[in-house]
Amino acid sequence: MSITYLEAIREAQATALRDDPRVFIYGQDVGAFGGAFKATKNLAREFPGRVLDSPISEDAMIGLSVGAAIEGMRPIIEMQFADFSTVGFNQIVNQAGALFWRTNVPCPITVRLPFGGTSGSGPFHSQSLEAIYAHYPGLVVLTPATVEDAYSMLLAAVAIDDPVIFCEHKFLYYHLKAEKLPTEALPVGKARIAREGRDLTVVTYSAMVHEALEAATELSADGWEIEVVDLRSIKPLDTDTVMASVARTGRLLCVGEAWPWGGVTAEVIARVASEGFGLLDVPPQRLNAKDTPVPYHPNLWTAHRPTARAVAAAARKILRQ
Amino acid sequence: MLQTVDANPADRTAAARDTLLAAYRFMLRARLLDDKFAALYRAGKIHGGVFLGRGQEALSAAIGVSLRKTDVFAPLIRDAAGRLAFGETVLDAVRTYLGSSLGPMRGRDGNVHRGRPAEGYLPMLSHLGAMVSVVNGVLFARRMKGLSGMVGVTCLGDGATSTGSFHEALNQAAVEKLPLVLVLGDNQYAYSTPTSRQFACDDLADKASGYGVEPHSVDGTDLAACLEIVGKAVARARAGHGPQLVVAKLLRLCGHGEHDDSNYVDPKLKNSPLGRDCLKFAEELLFREKILDAATLAAWRNQILHEIEDAVATAQREPAPDPFTEDWRALSSENLIETHVS
Repeated sequence: MSITYLEAIREAQATALRDDPRVFIYGQDVGAFGGAFKATKNLAREFPGRVLDSPISEDAMIGLSVGAAIEGMRPIIEMQFADFSTVGFNQIVNQAGALFWRTNVPCPITVRLPFGGTSGSGPFHSQSLEAIYAHYPGLVVLTPATVEDAYSMLLAAVAIDDPVIFCEHKFLYYHLKAEKLPTEALPVGKARIAREGRDLTVVTYSAMVHEALEAATELSADGWEIEVVDLRSIKPLDTDTVMASVARTGRLLCVGEAWPWGGVTAEVIARVASEGFGLLDVPPQRLNAKDTPVPYHPNLWTAHRPTARAVAAAARKILRQ
Repeated sequence: MLQTVDANPADRTAAARDTLLAAYRFMLRARLLDDKFAALYRAGKIHGGVFLGRGQEALSAAIGVSLRKTDVFAPLIRDAAGRLAFGETVLDAVRTYLGSSLGPMRGRDGNVHRGRPAEGYLPMLSHLGAMVSVVNGVLFARRMKGLSGMVGVTCLGDGATSTGSFHEALNQAAVEKLPLVLVLGDNQYAYSTPTSRQFACDDLADKASGYGVEPHSVDGTDLAACLEIVGKAVARARAGHGPQLVVAKLLRLCGHGEHDDSNYVDPKLKNSPLGRDCLKFAEELLFREKILDAATLAAWRNQILHEIEDAVATAQREPAPDPFTEDWRALSSENLIETHVS
């Protein structure tokens, strides 16, 4: 038996619904249809009255979830695509993100954002928005890279008493597979060493972990040992694990699929530069998508986002220094 | 067509007279409390803005007295009367305006941004229309939990009807048939923008049918009319007839905030029936129908002023928030707090 990243997300939601009567799912087409990506397939049938179609109203979807959370529920909101969450942005950052701080009433909502590029999806179905949510106080931002993490971190997200932005990568939905669902997991907020190495630390998350691992394999043929840190969680960001890795390698490359300006890669480099400058043998570098909307055509798309080849090229530049 | 109530004194039941009187008293408390906030603002005793409900007390009080403790209320900036009627203490209001660390917002938020969400009293955002779907969510969750017979009321002005949040949330409430009462105080100006630059329909109540929501219109300067119409809308929602939209026409008898001299308000409007002071009008009605006499009113006024002065004195003695003991944490989950950000 094998299970995909997408199936893991469905299974986590089924488990959450089964284990906790306070959980419900609300989103566009999530009911009988089972969601645009089938992440809620059959859940409406298995859990009558708890998996509900919403109108196309991202603002009101989040607002409703906050009200339900105030009332003690644990709603999961599916945004059909992360890109559309900007319509609900105000409710996410100002309503959900500020509620606990203003009132001492927790806001346990989970907002699922199917995010990231897939070939042919174009400017409005491909975006990576983790950085803008991490920018706001009061939100937890998770970016699982593996089937196991997709499952365990979504379950953890539902149990967290604060709003969680759960960034699930669409590129990983179908082709990433695991043998079985995990029974234990690293806690949320801990990064994972996805591959050990001594020459260069590549810090990344979500789908880019796999590009980085592929690049590491390619570079190993030349004798380079690349350490890949999978952040797992953008906020909180496990600076200690990053710093410990840089202490071992002395070189840092941060890779993100999001746009470069003010993003996660910039944040990681800022932390390492300010707290671990002496650990660095050469200037830290970052690799991001180009600073344009995400293109539709595969020729452009593969050049727009970092790929294993691009990560390997960036790594070689640093290693040559 | 505005609905006004023109009952003869003999037609009014004892209960109706009691309700009128109770609502009027909340109006009076709100007006006197607002006057105090305005005075404190002019004296430089309040950080940030002061936003008053002058001219909207009848509508707001009618909402508050139509609600039960177990209902949900998300007021807006001109709802001092409704807040008091729903159960907010004068002290909560004063503590928030004066930034006491013992108030419900602990100096983290101020002025009209106050509430106690665990008690069904939701604190507003500044983003207009944003509270409607939150009220929907509370009602939605209560229905999921098998609770019934409760309503949620939220207040907006004419300006908020232009927002996407308003549209999304009213439609959502209608789709879910939630017991929501959305009260629009059409006070002719959104800050300085007249309604002619805000919407092009004849009457905001016309919007209701587009959503499948029941409309109600009322003269917002007439307390008896507000009590009847808001009461009816709340009863309809409570009885399971889905969302209700109440549109009250009135005029804001103050600036948007106390920083605003509102010199843009058309003098013709001030002299029109919309510009009638609802507090005076209610007072005249109560005197005319001998529900209230001048001596009782004077005693009430005195008592309320004392209550307000006491609250101000209390809050002024209380500790202000302390940046050194403030925990500066926006998450309730301690294990998820960032430790490397400074």
